[in-house]
Amino acid sequence: MADFVELWIYLSSTPLFGLTATMAVYLLAQWAYARLGHTPLANPVLWSVVLLAGALVVSGIPYQTYFSGAQFIHFLLGPAVVALAWPLWTRRAELRARWLRLSLAGLAGGAAACAASVGLAWLLGLPADVVLSLAPKSVTAPVAMGVSEAVGGIPALSAVFAVLTGLVGALSGKYLFDAMGVPRDAAGWAARGFALGTVSHGIGAARAIQVDADAGAYAGLALGLQVILASILMPLAFAAARSAF
Amino acid sequence: MRALTGFTWLLALQAAGEALSRLLHLPFPGPVIGMLLLLALLRWPAVREPVAATAQFLLAHLSLLFVPVGVGVMTYLGVLGQYGLRIALVIVLSTWIGMAVTVLVLRAGARRRDG
Repeated sequence: MADFVELWIYLSSTPLFGLTATMAVYLLAQWAYARLGHTPLANPVLWSVVLLAGALVVSGIPYQTYFSGAQFIHFLLGPAVVALAWPLWTRRAELRARWLRLSLAGLAGGAAACAASVGLAWLLGLPADVVLSLAPKSVTAPVAMGVSEAVGGIPALSAVFAVLTGLVGALSGKYLFDAMGVPRDAAGWAARGFALGTVSHGIGAARAIQVDADAGAYAGLALGLQVILASILMPLAFAAARSAF
Repeated sequence: MRALTGFTWLLALQAAGEALSRLLHLPFPGPVIGMLLLLALLRWPAVREPVAATAQFLLAHLSLLFVPVGVGVMTYLGVLGQYGLRIALVIVLSTWIGMAVTVLVLRAGARRRDG
């Protein structure tokens, strides 16, 4: 028993633990998601986070210890953002034809999500650093952290808000689009995917890829567009707002 | 071999993006510049073919990459406990507003084109 405890203390403090736990729990969540017919509520990111965070809190292992292993997965977010050029390239003819409408929709949707979150958070009396950390939450997590720093938020908190926003979109998007009467034809799937990618970035895109190929491609495009728009416009908008007040 | 070449391209372009972002004081994060550089380079088959395999693999498993950041929620249980209800309200409502606006702008164009 003492040997086992010693072994556990050793294993749980090496990077091997965080990496293995993340992979194993995610594969389990992915398996359950498939078994439950890909229902939005069985979202694999949601359940991986709940299980891992719950296990760490219960066992008293600090997040830093976990992250020393999980950082190897986290690191891949950078190359994944670079890889987003691929879905853009494969749809380039379509994009050339529709770029103005898509850019307008991405700009309007991203601005609405940002303005609504900052406005509501301010109205509800949340502290200033939380309000500012909510601003970039529709941008994919690694970029949201950079934007958060530029607008005066807390980068790590913005990353958590970005993941939560991704989950809300992935979980409820289907019901919102059905309620709005968005059809399930090619144009409808494109619109559903594009809206999911615009507001719920990579987690919304992962959901869209699961549901329909067109929806997935448009979600990838929307998320790439949002990264470009938000990283240029958000710091400028907040600097302008700050000098105006 | 091909997948390794593709992965090396992604890393090299991210590094080039980081370098440009810092040297020129650009507002974009490095990976975004890397994405734009890759978009320009994809016309060459020597880049396109290896990158295709790696990019498709990475993007197919994109949701896994958000798990480590998501688990970070545990370090903010204090903030979330204190303001949790209000934060949840802000996140849910602003997500719906953003998605609804995006769909409305896109569909307005589609309807007009259909007559």
